[in-house]
Amino acid sequence: MLLAADLGASLGGRDVLHGVDFEARPGHITAIVGPNGSGKTTLLRRLTRDLPGPGSISLDGVRLADLTPRQLALRRAVLPQATAVGFPFTLREIVRMGHEAGHAAHLPGIVEAAVEEVGLSPKIDGFFQDMSGGEQARGHLARVRAQVWQARRAEYPCWLFVDEPVASLDIGHQLQVMAVLRRFADAGGGVVAVMHDLNLTAMHADRMVLMAEGRIAAAGRPAEVMTGPLLSGAYRCQLCVNTAPPGGIWLLPQAARLG
Amino acid sequence: MTAIPFTPAIRAPRLAVPAVTTGLALLLAAMACLSLSIGASGLLPWELFTRELNPAERAILLDIRLPRLILGMLVGAALAVSGALMQGLFRNPLADPGLVGVGAGAGLGAVIAIVLGGVMPAAVQAVTGMYMVSLFAFFGGWATTLILYRVASLRGHTSIATMLLAGIVLGALAGAATGVLIYLADDNQLRDLTFWGLGSLAGANWVKVWAAAPVLIAGLAAAPFLARGLNAMALGEAVARHLGVPVEAVKRGAILAVAAMTGASVAVSGGIGFVGIVVPHILRLAIGPDHRTLLPAAALFGATLLIGADTFSRVVVAPAELPIGIIMALIGAPVFLWILLARRATMEI
Repeated sequence: MLLAADLGASLGGRDVLHGVDFEARPGHITAIVGPNGSGKTTLLRRLTRDLPGPGSISLDGVRLADLTPRQLALRRAVLPQATAVGFPFTLREIVRMGHEAGHAAHLPGIVEAAVEEVGLSPKIDGFFQDMSGGEQARGHLARVRAQVWQARRAEYPCWLFVDEPVASLDIGHQLQVMAVLRRFADAGGGVVAVMHDLNLTAMHADRMVLMAEGRIAAAGRPAEVMTGPLLSGAYRCQLCVNTAPPGGIWLLPQAARLG
Repeated sequence: MTAIPFTPAIRAPRLAVPAVTTGLALLLAAMACLSLSIGASGLLPWELFTRELNPAERAILLDIRLPRLILGMLVGAALAVSGALMQGLFRNPLADPGLVGVGAGAGLGAVIAIVLGGVMPAAVQAVTGMYMVSLFAFFGGWATTLILYRVASLRGHTSIATMLLAGIVLGALAGAATGVLIYLADDNQLRDLTFWGLGSLAGANWVKVWAAAPVLIAGLAAAPFLARGLNAMALGEAVARHLGVPVEAVKRGAILAVAAMTGASVAVSGGIGFVGIVVPHILRLAIGPDHRTLLPAAALFGATLLIGADTFSRVVVAPAELPIGIIMALIGAPVFLWILLARRATMEI
C-alpha cells in the first residue's frame, strides 16, 4: 500500500501541489489524470522522492525516507517521461542495468523475457541510440520491468511508477504497454501511472485520480471520475461521456469551450 | 517522450572483452620491454641477469629507465582512466581533464608550489614535504572540477556547450594566474617550469615515483567502484537514483579520483593531453561503453600508449628528446576532430 499525506511541492517559488493525500493499492493500476499543468507529474515526482517538499510517504508500512537508494530500487522502479542515453549501450545492456538494480544476483533469462514482453526481441543487441523514439520508450519500459520482474517478493509487493508510458506510441503499442502494466498489477504489483489519454485510462485503470490546479479534484473507480461535470470542470471545456455499449465508458470532446 | 536523435556515429561490431583485455596486457608487457631496452647506452634489460654490470650500467637500468617506465605506466593509466571517469560523469565523450581546464587548474596548483613553495610557512612545508607539488596540483584540479560540474550541470543534465565554454574560461583563468607566477619566478624556477610545462617524463626518478605513485594507484583502485554508478548515470542522475545508485557519492568519488589522478600526473609530468580522450573513445568502439570493462581496459591501453609515445620521443630526435606532450597532441588532436565530425550532425550545442 502506497500512502502519502499532505504532499506539497513548489517549482520556481510557485506552489504547484497543495496538501495532496494519495493512496494506491498493490494489484491495482492507479492512474493520475488531469489537464496540462495540473500537477500530475509533480505528484508522481513527489511520490518517487525525485522532488523534495513537505508531506510524508510510506510504501507498505515503511517510510520512504528510511530506505537507502539501493533498498528503494528493490521495491520500486520508475519510468520518467524522457530518458536520454549518454553512450552507445545496446538494448540488452540498458535492460540489464534495470535487472541488476532490482536483484542481488543476476538471474538468467529475465533481461530477454523483459525485452520479449515489449516486443523488441529482434533488436536486443542493437544500439539503443539507433532505435526510434517509440522503440526507446518501450526499451525503457523493459528496463523498469526487469528491475521489478517479480511483482511480489516474499515480504512486500513491488511497484512501478510510470509517467505517460504511452505518450509517443501508436495505438497498437499503447495497448501492448497497458497490457504489460495490467499483467504486473494482476501478479500483485502496484502501478501508479500518469496518463494523458482518458479513454485508454478508463479502459485499463482500477482507480483514477483527477488533478486540477495542484489539488485532487476527484478520485475513485473510472465510472465515478469519468463524468461530464467533473471532467468538464477540470479540463475547462465541454466534455460528454458515453456509456454505450453497456459497461463501456468513453469520452467524446465537444467543440464548444466553456466561457 | 523526447526521442533521442539518430546518431550516425561509427558503429563497428564489438570485440570480445577478454580477448581485448588480454591483448592489451600483452601489448603493455611488450612495450615495457621495448621501453627498457631503448636508450643511448644500448644496454638491454636482461643483461642485468646474464652478466655483471658496472655501477653506471646498473644506474642506467635501475635508476633512470625503470622509474621512468613505472611513472609512464602509472601516468598513462591515470590519464586514460581520468578521461573515462570524467566522460562518464558528464555523460559526454568529449570531456577530458586536460581539455576542460582541470589540467590547467592542477597546473596552477603545481606552479604555486614550485614558485611560492620556498616562501610558504614552515609548517606547510614540513607537513607536505616531497608531496607538496602533487598536493597543490590535486587541490587545483579538484577545485576546477568542482566549479566545472556546478556550472555545467543543471538538474542532473549537463550541457556540452556550457561545459566546454566553462572549461575554456577556467583554463584561461588558471593560465593567467600561472602567467603571473611565471613572471614572478626566478631563473632556476623558470627552467623547471618550462620543461615541466611541455609535458615530459624526462625528469623521472624514484623520488617522483614515490611522490606520485600512492595517489595514482589510489585513484586507479577507486575507479572500479564507480563503474556501476557511472553506467547508470549515462541515463541521467534521476534514473541512476531510481536504479539504486547513491548519485551524490558517485559524483563526489569521481570528482575526487579525477582531481587526484590529474593533479599527481600534472605534478610529475606536466601537461600531457588527449590520452584521456583517445583511449576511452577507441575502447568504447571496440568493447562498448560498460565502465566495468572500459575502466580496466583504459588503464592498460593508456599505460601502453604513454610509454609507447615516451619511447618514440626518446628515439625520434636522439640523442635529444621530444616532449611527450607534443607527440600526444599530434596523435590526439586528429582523433578529437574525428569524434567531433562523427557527432557533428546530431550534437546539440
